[in-house]
Amino acid sequence: MTQTTSKRILVTGLSTYWGARLARELEQNPDIEAIVGVDSADPAGELERTEFVRVGTQHALLRRVVEAAEIDTVIDTRLVVDSTVTTSRLAHENNVIGTMNILAACSGPASSVRKFIFKSSAHFYGCNQDDPAFFTESMGRPHPPRTPIERDIVEAEASIEEFREKNPDVCVTAFRFANVLGPDVQTAHRRLFELPLIPMILGFDPRYQFVQEDDVVNALKHAALHDLPGIFNVAGDGVLAFTEVCSLLGKQFVPILPPWGTGIAAQALRRFGVVIPPEMLGQLRFGRGLDNRRFKATGFGYRYTTRETVQKLGEHLRLQPILAGVREPYRYEREVEEFLRWSPYVRRGREEEGEPPPMPSVAQLSELQKFLSAYAAAAPPQPHTEPEPAAADEVEPIEIHEPEPEPELPAGAPVDDYDDLEAEEVISLLGSLEGHDLVALRTYEETGQGRQAVLRAIDGVLSRREPAGTR
Amino acid sequence: MSPSERTSLRFREEEEDVVGTTAAGLPVRRGNLRDYLPAVETDRQVNDWGRSERVEGLLDRTIVDFFYNYWFRAEVDGVENVPSAGGALLVSNHSGALPPDAAMIAKSIKEEHPHPRPLNITVEHFFKGYPGFSMLIPKIGCVAAHPANVQRLLYDEEQLVLVFPEGRKGTEKLYKDRYKLRRFGRGGFVEAAMRAQAPIVPVCVVGAEESAPIFAQVNVLQKLTGLIYFPLTPTFPWLGPLGMLGYLPAKFKLRFLPPIYFNQDRMWEDNALVQTVAHEIRARIQENVLDMLKTRKSVWFG
Repeated sequence: MTQTTSKRILVTGLSTYWGARLARELEQNPDIEAIVGVDSADPAGELERTEFVRVGTQHALLRRVVEAAEIDTVIDTRLVVDSTVTTSRLAHENNVIGTMNILAACSGPASSVRKFIFKSSAHFYGCNQDDPAFFTESMGRPHPPRTPIERDIVEAEASIEEFREKNPDVCVTAFRFANVLGPDVQTAHRRLFELPLIPMILGFDPRYQFVQEDDVVNALKHAALHDLPGIFNVAGDGVLAFTEVCSLLGKQFVPILPPWGTGIAAQALRRFGVVIPPEMLGQLRFGRGLDNRRFKATGFGYRYTTRETVQKLGEHLRLQPILAGVREPYRYEREVEEFLRWSPYVRRGREEEGEPPPMPSVAQLSELQKFLSAYAAAAPPQPHTEPEPAAADEVEPIEIHEPEPEPELPAGAPVDDYDDLEAEEVISLLGSLEGHDLVALRTYEETGQGRQAVLRAIDGVLSRREPAGTR
Repeated sequence: MSPSERTSLRFREEEEDVVGTTAAGLPVRRGNLRDYLPAVETDRQVNDWGRSERVEGLLDRTIVDFFYNYWFRAEVDGVENVPSAGGALLVSNHSGALPPDAAMIAKSIKEEHPHPRPLNITVEHFFKGYPGFSMLIPKIGCVAAHPANVQRLLYDEEQLVLVFPEGRKGTEKLYKDRYKLRRFGRGGFVEAAMRAQAPIVPVCVVGAEESAPIFAQVNVLQKLTGLIYFPLTPTFPWLGPLGMLGYLPAKFKLRFLPPIYFNQDRMWEDNALVQTVAHEIRARIQENVLDMLKTRKSVWFG
């Protein structure tokens, strides 16, 4: 099987924690050309190069976005797996109808989409008395789902399955994540563990498995970077008893929920601000364990075991009251970044955006100086002075987007060296040159290769220098 | 519990051998997943199945030790037939209202075997849903009798598993039917052992029937309490729930028979073979139970 590394990625659910987290993570990877994020609400976090498009799950609009941006990979992070965050009607709309629409936008023979990654949940399996101790991916639920969220997830996965059958050339990856815990993500279980006393069902000590938030993002990224067709359980190693979780958190558990009429008791607790959604009641009774080995076999390494995940949350919860308000917000100069991306005054040498290269090094500068002085000596139009390397301050924003020049120029005849340089490499060095050197360089370029891009760039630098010089 | 919810050790669908691909595009086989089992976290006292060293150890040192050594005065024969390494499926006859046989088999391996190993006892799913039991049962080394659980324990984790193929039919039988083995399920246990390439060790237990005789079953009370059955024994329900532990001091005798190996590949696909082996194992246990009864002079003193 060949590897098709994803280059142009569409992330859905940018307004959810996962969408924003994943997009920020993908931005770090220079191999990924384009990241487009869609959602009907604003992104949940600041993003650097992700293009945000405000579009819901209307498939006609999405399809246009997918086609126009030639998206090859769609990562769907939008699924609601916690019934406390929204009403069951909206959750259904998002989980079932939304998934259907997004799949419709990606299907068809002309579609550019080659990979579809779906974030599902272990709620797919539900929690029942006759469950196996460890669910593998090929096992279905023993009984039809009873809670609305589980029903939605089963339906959403059914449409993913249908999509997989109809589009055999698309690599479809579906992840069933165990309950997520982490310092940053808010989940129903997190809220339960933040209570001073943790409620339990009398006479039950369920088995629990968690996955850390970083591992969730890493798993999605792993699927984006490799081709992993199929369904995978994602859960940290190890299954804890609920009492063990409580003791790791350093909290006391209270078995106040009765074994019979648990739903009614949970409703009563809601009045006191303790929200226990129906899908959690099942877990508090029967628990759930997942077999995570199939995903591990693909080469994925978990950073946290279930136990470490709980311990890390415990540490965070203990520090929370002390550090409240002290934590620094994410540092990001939004206005500057917006200006650099969108202002017509910013000049772009090329369309391509990449990682901002570092300033030209002193060694590279002196190489070019040597060449220029040699050139000046051969045909001296002007007296030559040695420029300071500190002139790098004058680099214009335009150069920031140029790729990094070759680190070392080969020694030899200076004129040959210069001709070996690519246009971009020359341009990236222009900002650090003195005015008369630029003029000399322009003359040489005109008589030599006469590359328009280089000439224009020199003119640009010179014209911007002039006002500063005449002031 | 309705009959449809009864458990079988049979896999519902045939599972594919190749379960995925690695990042490098190589196939992942089900058999190789054994290498990816989670590492044991030594700080923990509870394992991934919910078995608690602390609770199990406490019970083992007190009640189980007392019953094994002083009350039932268990006598063990052929314990070396239990393999010292690798998975093995122990199959035994079953009886008693709150069956004491499982705990005694586990204890005998712990006490008499040169390489004592923990024994995983398969139980009905019922226990997972009943408050109290649900908490205690996994802590003392019981797992639900799900084919996937048995497969993971036998094949992947290479542990000892004990099954009672008679299931509930064994424990609810009355005193007058003692030592008449019931049907051995549908042969699911043989299939499980063949899949896991683990040997079957038949185990015969004598004495359990007399230690907890059941005189009658009360269906009305069973429905009311939601228990799997409601027996009348010499002590239950007269002494309350603890009356379940009111065993009579019958002499226990355990006999481990030589293991049966399944060496050919995909033997479980032959249904006739599975049934034949199940019948053969049942016959062997029945024969040995009768043999042990034949030489027994007294119920109480052996």
